[in-house]
Formats: sequence, structure tokens, C-alpha cells
Amino acid sequence: MTPPPASAKTTRWSWRSQAFRALAYQVLAVGFIGILVWYLAHNTATNMRQRGIQSGFDFLLGTAGFDIGESLFAFDSGESYLQAYLVGVTNTLRVALLGIFLTTVLGTLLGIGRFSRNALVRGLCRVYVEIFRNIPVLLQLLMWYLLCTELLPDMANAWELGPLFLSKGGLNFPIPVWAPGHAMAAWGLLLGLPLAWLWRSHAKNRFNATGVPRSMVWAPLAVVLACGLIAWLLGGAPSETNRPFRGEFAIENGGALTPEFLALLIGLTLYTAAFVAEVVRGGIQSVPQGQAEAASALGLSQSHSMRLVQLPQALRVIIPPLTNQYLNLTKNSSLAVAIGYPDVVSIANTAINQTGRAVECIALIMVVYLTTSLLTALLMNWYNARSAIQER
Amino acid sequence: MSFQKLKSVAFATAVFGAVAAFPAHAGKTLDAIKARGQVICGVHTGLAGFSAADSNGKWAGIDVDMCRAVAASTLGDAEKVKYVPLTAQARFTALQSGEIDMLSRNTTFTLTRDASLGLSQTAVVYYDGQGFMVPVKSKIKSAKQLKGQTVCVQSGTTTEKNLTDFSKANNLNIKPVVFEKLDAVEGAYFSGRCLSYTTDASGLASVRNKSAKNPADHLILPELISKEPLGPLVRRGDDEWAAIVKWTIFGLLEAEENGITQANVDDLKANSKDPVVGRILGSTEDTGKLLGLDKEWMANAIKATGNYGEIFERNVGPKSSLQLPRGLNNLWSKGGIQYAPPIR
Repeated sequence: MTPPPASAKTTRWSWRSQAFRALAYQVLAVGFIGILVWYLAHNTATNMRQRGIQSGFDFLLGTAGFDIGESLFAFDSGESYLQAYLVGVTNTLRVALLGIFLTTVLGTLLGIGRFSRNALVRGLCRVYVEIFRNIPVLLQLLMWYLLCTELLPDMANAWELGPLFLSKGGLNFPIPVWAPGHAMAAWGLLLGLPLAWLWRSHAKNRFNATGVPRSMVWAPLAVVLACGLIAWLLGGAPSETNRPFRGEFAIENGGALTPEFLALLIGLTLYTAAFVAEVVRGGIQSVPQGQAEAASALGLSQSHSMRLVQLPQALRVIIPPLTNQYLNLTKNSSLAVAIGYPDVVSIANTAINQTGRAVECIALIMVVYLTTSLLTALLMNWYNARSAIQER
Repeated sequence: MSFQKLKSVAFATAVFGAVAAFPAHAGKTLDAIKARGQVICGVHTGLAGFSAADSNGKWAGIDVDMCRAVAASTLGDAEKVKYVPLTAQARFTALQSGEIDMLSRNTTFTLTRDASLGLSQTAVVYYDGQGFMVPVKSKIKSAKQLKGQTVCVQSGTTTEKNLTDFSKANNLNIKPVVFEKLDAVEGAYFSGRCLSYTTDASGLASVRNKSAKNPADHLILPELISKEPLGPLVRRGDDEWAAIVKWTIFGLLEAEENGITQANVDDLKANSKDPVVGRILGSTEDTGKLLGLDKEWMANAIKATGNYGEIFERNVGPKSSLQLPRGLNNLWSKGGIQYAPPIR
């Protein structure tokens, strides 16, 4: 008879071994979740088959057959559902990206405003935050939309603000007519970037060598713009614009922002900015008072102290909760269905009704939001790692 | 526990999961209704003349009367209905999942819905068509003048697609503004966000009557751009139940054709010598038995709601607040296209 395997080995795989137990629990947990997911998917598929409900993602290639009120690129009802989804996704991203940008600017200003020496500014910022973060965002959206559609004049009697028209039809503005000169200008701007970068590193070196502060922001910006301007002039300085004018019933021609888009953008920005303001305030408060005192002892002005000493340190505390607010804004944009903006949820709603593929369409919405959220989080994590304290 | 034991537990769990994944097939709809003592009927959340609840929570309308007639023919009591108000989007899922027994919610019959949703269309209750409403002050007289204009429309309807087809066929480049809720569409139209509002002509009349400050300020354009046959749907796979709903509606039409009304139904049941009337009311032949119902199934339904003509007059006809003409929905013998197969 062969002797039993080494006792060390048997005890290792016994229930008494903590490592084994930990592994077993994990396998069990993963297995249980796997079975649950499989059960739900299988059950749904079986039920749908039994009831004769067709399923599958093949409908995405079929003709959509419905129009979309606004899109960044031309969409025709003869194109596929996939194309319609893309329009919805770009509409969602358009409002999310613009919203994130505006929210960051407004929220940061409000957050800093709460440390102002001016009591009025401090008070106003506080009142703003308390009002806007305590009213449900859906109500705010409906309020802005009602304001847009009830208070503004009819399309036939639009307010004329210089070249702009404002009415229930939205904001109409002139857009440049495409000409090769514009492409030149774009190339000029691109070319300006490395030049600006060269200038900036030169200015930095000078500053490090002599201690004389040089413009690090405005001068490089001027370089970029100058390059663009020169290229535009070289391209024949095209200045023809497509100006809106009063048509029989509505404003025609020109570019337009619909009231749905405006209401959604304003509503989401103002709401999220209140949260961002609190995040920024918390971040700044987390920087020890001694830092500000040290800065002023060195003779830095209050704005320099804020910009060069306090904010960079506060960023480390600010970024993770700020990421949350960005994600919230993106996800809240799905409330657009309430005010008729054709975001991805609205398009999916229509697709569900035309094709009856509810499970597939909902799954697609989830994938879209999951992807955008994960990408945002990834980007912000990278930025967070960059601005974290470099331990040496 | 050994690894072996663990494996057998995992296996048992897997087997359990697989078995539970095949639920037992539900009993027949009619049996379930009889056991429950109630017909569960999906209706509109509020469309005057079709299905709307009054201030006392009592439902009324053509679609509601279909629910009542079916409840009367199956359970002998038109009050035994539970109404489930549904949005345009939730309606099919509610029926597919078995939450409701029938969907009587001004729903258009189309090929896609018949062939791919696992649902069966029964009989047409209202022949409708999609129209446009505009403010009178816009001076628009024809839908073809809507070139490049905004039109408010509700999502989850056949309306959206019809609008696109019409726009494309006439090269109008209409811009749709799509809302999920009826209130939101109405609000957007009446506030002037859209120049026009499009849905089924009957729906336009209903909205104009209910929500406009002054109904005379709004014009329903003459063009009807689609065919919208509206009627109840049931789940596919229970043909007996589909037959009951279908024949109850046919019965209401047959009753009008043969002069049976809410007022004279009892009298005719006792005294009529007409064999057709006798068959419909179950006084001579038992037609109900073939459907699995009482002998007096149709008599009960007519007693509860009146015949089709009475239902139409009461809810949407010229004397009601909607004032819709009978038009296509008149009997075939009177110039319309409502033609029911005979009960025999």
C-alpha cells in the first residue's frame, strides 16, 4: 500500500485552512451570481419564446422609419436603427460634455465665492447652493422648459437681439457658411499649439532663471489665436454667414438651439453646480489655514494664494467627489424624455415601440450609460493620480 | 465539508435553477378570470370619450365599455372589471407579462404588432385616421403647408412613423418634438412650442375638447394621413379567450344591426320570434356554450352597455361633448364599414 500523501498537503486543502475557506467562499459566491444571472436570462428567453415574442439585435440594421427633431449630423428616416441610436448617443454626449464644462466653471466660482471677504457674495453663493441642490432635478428641468415655452414670444414674434432670435422655437443664431478658408483657419490653430508650447516652456525657463513672472496663459493663447487669424486671412478671409430671418410662421435658416436642449443644459448645469460648489468648498477647507497664512506671509495676493497654493492642494480632495458629480450629470440627462429632448433614452423609447424589442433596447441604454460612466471615471482617475501627492 | 460535498451542493443548486427556469404554463385566461371574479383590463390613462375616469373614479368611454361588455358576457356583471391605466409604452409589456387580460386602449392594429409581439388583435372597435391640429390664427388650412415646421407628437405610438412617412412623401421636412406623456405633448402644443399637434383624429377632438381654453381656436385639418383601426388586443396562445373578446364586440355590432338595444333587450329575449335575435340573446339557441360562456352572454353584455351604436353615441357621438361624426364607424348597411360576421 502506498502511504497517504504528505500530511502538510492534506491540511492545506482542509476546511480548517483559512486560505482554502476564503477561496471556497469566493468560488461559491461567484458561482451563485453566475447561476442567478444565467437563470434570469434563460427564464426571460424561454418565456419570450413561449409567448411568441421575437427577440435579437438584428433589428438594429433595419430601417428606422422615424425622424429625429435635432441631431449633430444629418439623419434621414431611411437610415438604420443603429444610426438613430448614434444620434441619440451624440445628443446625450453633447449635453453631458457641455454641462460638465459649464458646471465645473460655475461650481468652482460658487465654491470659491463662499470664502469671499464680501458678505454679499458669500451670502448669495450660499443661498444659491441651498436652493438649487434641494429641489429635485426633474422639477427644475420642467420649470426651465415651462419658462422657455410659456414666457418666450411665439416664433412669429421672436425677440430680435442683434443677429440672434429668441422665441418658443429656441435660440437662432448666424452660422458661418463653410469655405476652404475655415479649414485654413483650423489648420492655423493647430499649428499655433506647438508654437504656444515653445513660448510657454521658454517663459518658464526665464522665470526659473530670473524670477521675473511671465505670462503663462494669455501669451500662449494669443499665439494660438494669432496663428488661426493669419491662416484665416491667407485663406481669403471668408466671412459669409447664414443669418436667421423671420419666415412666415417661424425663424428660418441659421443655426438653432431648441428650447428642449437649452432647458436641459441650463437645468442640469445649475443643479449640479450647487453640488460641485460644495465639493470645492469642502476641498478648500481641507487645506490647513497655515498654508494661506504662509502664502500671505510670502506676499502673495489673495487670488494668487488661492490659485497657486490653496486650489492645487484642494484638488486632491476635490477630484474623487467631483467625478461622482460628473457621472450624476451624465445619468441625469436621461430625464430629457420628460421635456422632449431626443437623447438616447428617448430614441430607445421610440425604437421599443416600433420594434417591440424592449429587453434589447433597455440593455442598449444600459450599455451606453455604463460605457460613458466608466470612461469618465477612468479619465478622472487618471487625472486624480496625476494631481495626487508625488511621494518620493 | 469536503470538496466533493461542495461540488454536489453546487450541482444541486444548478439543477434547481434549471428546473425553476421553466415555470408551469398558466391556466387559461377565462379560468383565471372566473376564479378571480374580475376581468383585468388595460386602458388609457385619460382620453375623454375612449377611457377616462371621472371625479368619482368611475371609468367611461368606448374602450372602457368594451371591458364592461366582456366582463358582462364572461362573469354576468359589467362592474367586475379592474382598470389598469397604462402609458403608450407600458401597454404591450403589461399584456405580454400577464398583468392584464385584455388591452382596450385605442391601440392601432398593425402587422408588426400582430406578428412580433406575441399578441393577437381582436376586432376593430373604432376606425380612425391620423390628423393634425393647428391654431386657427396660424391660418394654415392644409397639412401640406407645414413645411419645415415643428409638430408635437407622443412617443410609443404609430403616429411618429406616420408623421415621418407623410413628411417624406410630401418633401415637407417636418421637425418632430417627441414627448413621453400625453400631458407634456398637450402642454407643449397649447403653449405654442409646436405649430401643430398630430395624433388620431378622435384623439385630437378629445384633447381639443378637454384641454383647449377655447376649442374654437383650434382647427383639425381635413387630411387624414393614415389608417388607424383601433381595438382590443389579447395575449397570443389563448385562442378561446381571443374568440370571446372578438365575438363580444361582433355581438354588439350584430345587436345594433338587429335592433336590439339596452332598453328592449329583456322584452326581445322573452317575446321575439326572430330566429337571429333568438340566437344572439340565447333564447332559442345556446351560442354561449360554444365559447365556454353562459347562454345569456350577449344579453348580459347588451344590458350593461347597450349595442355598438348606443356605445358610440353615448361616448363620442354627435350628442356627446366630442361630437365626432359616425362616418366610417357606421354599420355597413348605413354607409359605414362596421361589418360583423354573423352569430350562428
